[in-house]
Amino acid sequence: MQDNNNSKKSGFTLKSITQSKGFSAFTAALLAIALGLIVGFLVMLVADPSNAVKGFNSVLSGGLRRIGDVFYFATPILMTGLAVGFAFKMGLFNIGASGQYTMGMYFALYVGFMWDMPKGIHWVVAVFAGMIGGMLWGFIPGIFKALLNVNEVITSIMFNYIGMYLVDMLIQGNSNMYVSSMTRTAYLPSSVQIPSLGIAGSNVNFGIVLAVIIGIILYIVLQKTTFGYELKATGFNKSAADYAGMKGKRNIILTMVIAGGLAGLGGAFAILAPSAIAGSSMTYEPINIIAANGFNGIAVALLGNAHPIGVIFSSVFISHIQRGGTLASLYGYKPEIIDIVIAVIIYFSAFAMIMNSAAARFIKTRREKRHAVSEAKSIGDKDASSETKEAKK
Amino acid sequence: MRNITKEFPGIIANDNITLTLKRGEVHALLGENGAGKSTLMSVLFGLYQAEKGEIRKNGEVVKINNPNDANALGIGMVHQHFKLVEIFTVLENIILGVEPNKMGFLEKSEARKKVVELSEKYGLKVNPDAVIEKISVGMQQRVEILKMLYRDNEILIFDEPTAVLTPQEIEELLQIMRGFADEGKSILFITHKLNEIMQVADRCTVLRKGKYIGTVDVKDTTKEELSKMMVGRDISFSVEKEPAEPKDVVLSVRGVTVPSQTHKNNAVKNVSFDVRAGEIVCLAGIDGNGQTEFVSALTGLEKMTAGTITLAGKDITKASIRERSKAGMSHIPEDRHKHGLVLDYSLEENMILQRYWEPAFQKHGFLKFDAMRKYTEELVKKFDVRSGQGPVTIARSMSGGNQQKAILAREIDKKHELLVAVQPTRGLDVGAIEYIHKQLVERRDAGKAVLLVSLELDEVMDVSDRILVMYEGEIVGELDPKTTTVEELGLYMSGAKRNTVKEINHAG
Repeated sequence: MQDNNNSKKSGFTLKSITQSKGFSAFTAALLAIALGLIVGFLVMLVADPSNAVKGFNSVLSGGLRRIGDVFYFATPILMTGLAVGFAFKMGLFNIGASGQYTMGMYFALYVGFMWDMPKGIHWVVAVFAGMIGGMLWGFIPGIFKALLNVNEVITSIMFNYIGMYLVDMLIQGNSNMYVSSMTRTAYLPSSVQIPSLGIAGSNVNFGIVLAVIIGIILYIVLQKTTFGYELKATGFNKSAADYAGMKGKRNIILTMVIAGGLAGLGGAFAILAPSAIAGSSMTYEPINIIAANGFNGIAVALLGNAHPIGVIFSSVFISHIQRGGTLASLYGYKPEIIDIVIAVIIYFSAFAMIMNSAAARFIKTRREKRHAVSEAKSIGDKDASSETKEAKK
Repeated sequence: MRNITKEFPGIIANDNITLTLKRGEVHALLGENGAGKSTLMSVLFGLYQAEKGEIRKNGEVVKINNPNDANALGIGMVHQHFKLVEIFTVLENIILGVEPNKMGFLEKSEARKKVVELSEKYGLKVNPDAVIEKISVGMQQRVEILKMLYRDNEILIFDEPTAVLTPQEIEELLQIMRGFADEGKSILFITHKLNEIMQVADRCTVLRKGKYIGTVDVKDTTKEELSKMMVGRDISFSVEKEPAEPKDVVLSVRGVTVPSQTHKNNAVKNVSFDVRAGEIVCLAGIDGNGQTEFVSALTGLEKMTAGTITLAGKDITKASIRERSKAGMSHIPEDRHKHGLVLDYSLEENMILQRYWEPAFQKHGFLKFDAMRKYTEELVKKFDVRSGQGPVTIARSMSGGNQQKAILAREIDKKHELLVAVQPTRGLDVGAIEYIHKQLVERRDAGKAVLLVSLELDEVMDVSDRILVMYEGEIVGELDPKTTTVEELGLYMSGAKRNTVKEINHAG
């Protein structure tokens, strides 16, 4: 018996770590990623067996060679990921991050082109304008949901289209911005550019720093404040939140406004970033396509378990394999392959909780096997006790 | 089942439990909420795997990994919450999973014959073509029982089967169970109603806090002895209290009318009454006579179309839920999972659900986690709320009785003048019921007004100082529990008798 107790104690620290919430979410994400990569590799094998290993290698490590770019491309999806994840905590599925993102871009563009301001302030104002644009596009589905109980998924999908066509229309109709011979806007003045972090050979800029800070602030809001407490309570159990006298309608609107603002910031960070690749930022091309970064945000939020800190890591990871994917095209692979790999990872992260419990069981049985050895020593003791039980019967 | 041990994080649900079931007996399994009865049965039925111990059938060790294994061994279970497909017919539900077929085409006529035979043989009257969602709860239970019989099960597990039934249905069910036993089937009967055990069971095994206490022959024991085994001390079945000393009016309800969610008529019609400080007023009635709607309107969850509500001299007719709470209303809700708790929150987060916005628990919008922890620890101690991991236990993992205690603690400790308790003892065992009744009486003695809404006649008669009977949305009578009888109360509740004069006078 004594022996048994001892082994329990020694296993306690491992147990307390493996059973903590954060750990389980983390292992689930890792498992999802591992399985996603394996399937991705299989896809590459099928597509082109001879180059699969080389190509897969560049998927895995390609991002490391361009670490600056990884962060550069992570910035917008980090913001849209936060936008989706934050609303998710409230039980709202903000599928409209794309529209909010596009509105953010437009507002930032407008301030960039139309307002004349000194360098150092101009980009800050433009970033704020982007946030307000996104907030507006989050506010509308929010108010529909709160006052008329219209499903936010439907309104926000609609507002993706409305936002995108509206922005394209406004830009094409504005001769100060649009250069019809280029079928895109002119380049923004340099005063509105977000300062670069100065890493040679990459476009990484101050935006990623701001995005990470915003993620941490969101974490604090969710975990430490009464607003976060109300928000999560509503997400878990709306009836109980009502019972406790929380203002559900106000919170729905507020959450959607904040989520929209986050996506809008993402749009502003993307459009105002310095870029060495012509046309990838500082200019907008109205091509009637819904911004992909909005939907990538859903993937980022799912993989990050809607947790702000998790979203920071998942956005960097997805950006990393996206960079690797572009490099894989050197071996003749289409970049779409990498989209498949990412899709598989998201798909598996939906199973994350199941896989997680499987992993926990695996760890547990292993631990018990070890226990069994130590228990075997005290088996005599045990037999005696079971005999007394028998006698009772 | 021998030496069964099952652990959950932080709690040992079954600690070395041995249970033997003989052929042809009704074996009752008795224990408080959270004693581990359901867990033990789930192990037997293959829903959980035990960490230690073995299960033997007819002397042979068997391994039950899932309910299919259990079925193959002739073990069937009627769950507390039925597992039926609502839009299927009775027959389709019974054959679900063991459909007789030829080349994948259903052979319903054969199945129908067997089902009809079985239902005639055991007096389980059902219409095989009725759709589940259209038949009564008692009928649905018969379908569950027929499911087991159809699979030729020999060991039948009933998990708290009487909780959802009317007294007449309970009587019938117990007779049916007796009939099975006489026929040589073995029955495991999980319950915490002692009367039923005394009536039907041959032997009774008692669990307490996951531990095996003992097995007794029912004919050699008494109700008192069993309840002592179950909770570990003597239990008083009646509530002891001094006569009430009502003082000022705390709650005044005038002409309240609430529309129904399900039909066009009003669910609550022109209800008026007062509740004074220092008395327990019980709103009695058969379920579905407007009590739920009335409480929703009173607590602000639903809107009312007419009438006024005054609490402690303040008109709260149009006040928000938060304002009502501030004005001194505490509310123990009917559905503790839907309203009372955020199940995915920890115990401590639930404890401050009504008070998190108070300066004691937040500063500039930031929660004070130390204060929260300290407060929870205080309440846990004071109200004996048991949980696996203390304040950080997730509410979902706590037993029903302790969840209810947590809600009770929260609502009683909050500053209040009126305590609205809606079916506060629903689904709880005698120990917890006794405790909650005591707390309600204590609130009354502390000079608070208590409005109790209850469906249980015993509770209505024992706890309250004044009874208001609600029938079809109206208050049809006011009774004094000291002078009235259960029979008279029943007549009012069923609408056979009414006397509104008293109530009108009182309201005037």
